[in-house]
Amino acid sequence: MDHKITTPLTAETIQQLKTGDMVKITGIIYSARDAAHKKLIELIEAGKELPFELNGNVIYYLGPTPARDGQVIGSAGPTTSSRMDKYTPKLLELGLKGMIGKGRRSPKVIQAIVENRAVYLAAVGGAGALLSKCIKSSKVIAFDELGTEAVREMYVEDFPAIVAIDSEGNNIYKD
Amino acid sequence: MREIDVSKITDALCEMCMSINYELSDDMKKALKEAQQKETAPLGKQILKILDENMEIAKTEKIPICQDTGMAVVFLKVGQEVHFIGGPLEDAVNEGVRKGYTEGYLRKSVVSDPLLRVNTNDNTPAVIHYEIVPGEDVEITLAPKGFGSENMSRVYMLKPADGEEGVVTAVVDAVKLAGPNACPPVVVGVGIGGTFEKAALLSKKALARPVDRASEKEHIRKLEEEILEKINQLEIGPAGLGGSVSCLGVNIETYPTHIAGLPVAVNICCHVNRHIVRTI
Repeated sequence: MDHKITTPLTAETIQQLKTGDMVKITGIIYSARDAAHKKLIELIEAGKELPFELNGNVIYYLGPTPARDGQVIGSAGPTTSSRMDKYTPKLLELGLKGMIGKGRRSPKVIQAIVENRAVYLAAVGGAGALLSKCIKSSKVIAFDELGTEAVREMYVEDFPAIVAIDSEGNNIYKD
Repeated sequence: MREIDVSKITDALCEMCMSINYELSDDMKKALKEAQQKETAPLGKQILKILDENMEIAKTEKIPICQDTGMAVVFLKVGQEVHFIGGPLEDAVNEGVRKGYTEGYLRKSVVSDPLLRVNTNDNTPAVIHYEIVPGEDVEITLAPKGFGSENMSRVYMLKPADGEEGVVTAVVDAVKLAGPNACPPVVVGVGIGGTFEKAALLSKKALARPVDRASEKEHIRKLEEEILEKINQLEIGPAGLGGSVSCLGVNIETYPTHIAGLPVAVNICCHVNRHIVRTI
């Protein structure tokens, strides 16, 4: 089934999404990968405020190439999600509702997805030039010093992805 | 003796870094086109079509095919009659990578220390492998390597008694474990023989060989075909979502080894298997 969905994700939207469904996402999403995740968790542990609201929001595991003049962003495909597994359950516990990446997740992440009624979406790896066309605006909102790994607030239109793990824990990836 | 100014190496590498990140070599383009024909799963076919569209956009608009523009792996075959002038060769290589990645709007993916992890902001240093050969030419091979697939690569120290069967099992296992994480359809470089580090280096060299060029050794060519077939039977499929095309090619390089050993290195590369050669 195909869905057009908007962010932030509501419980109602998430409930409709089943593993294997195609989605087109419109709205604000946030980029964060390895180094940014480490920093987000450090902020949480220190009891400090995060650079963006987790509640209902979606993180895209992305480290883009630099934009040329006149471009919003450079190549912008997903990175391997499993490297974020260590950090993900905590973020889900605090309200994160969606993640966009590629590849398998750990049993702990799958359990946290179910417990917190969230969803894991897969974008096509290695299609960064094409996916960049769906990103209509992008600005760095935190950890600028991390370069490509900085946190970006991005507005996307009809960003294509596949439901890889739904809120009931059904997994598109076979072992 | 031939004098070569190292600035020629810098210029060549700068251009190579850019062009290979916007457009793949002909062998890879052909393999991906053929995959679209071969794939039987509808979703798999659709994903291969998306990858095809992506390659077209990358080429026309000079947007990198993949945002992971890689760590620059450089193989330098230096003719022993060559005398370099104009500065240290290694600096010239890194300058070429620095210029290419900066001027080409490529991603800076290198950290200066594996544990302290501070980005060098220019994608240097490159990983450089030198080889001294007869003659007065310099052959530069650049293979920028993405780490989604690099992370899924591994070395097995098999026993001689494991033989061919052991090699097949090891390689197929490695690809199975990599599954969707290595961005299939993958290309698999295998190094068999030598020592622990020699096998790894051979596997990297195997990836830089055109994917449509089989081994010249008959028993190795057969092994390449057998492993390719077995990997495709795993039905990992494009993007790991199931399908008949999981692997575009298996390239094996071999080297003599010790009576007690059978090292096997499996270097996995995603479908954006970049390799480009220039001779100076």
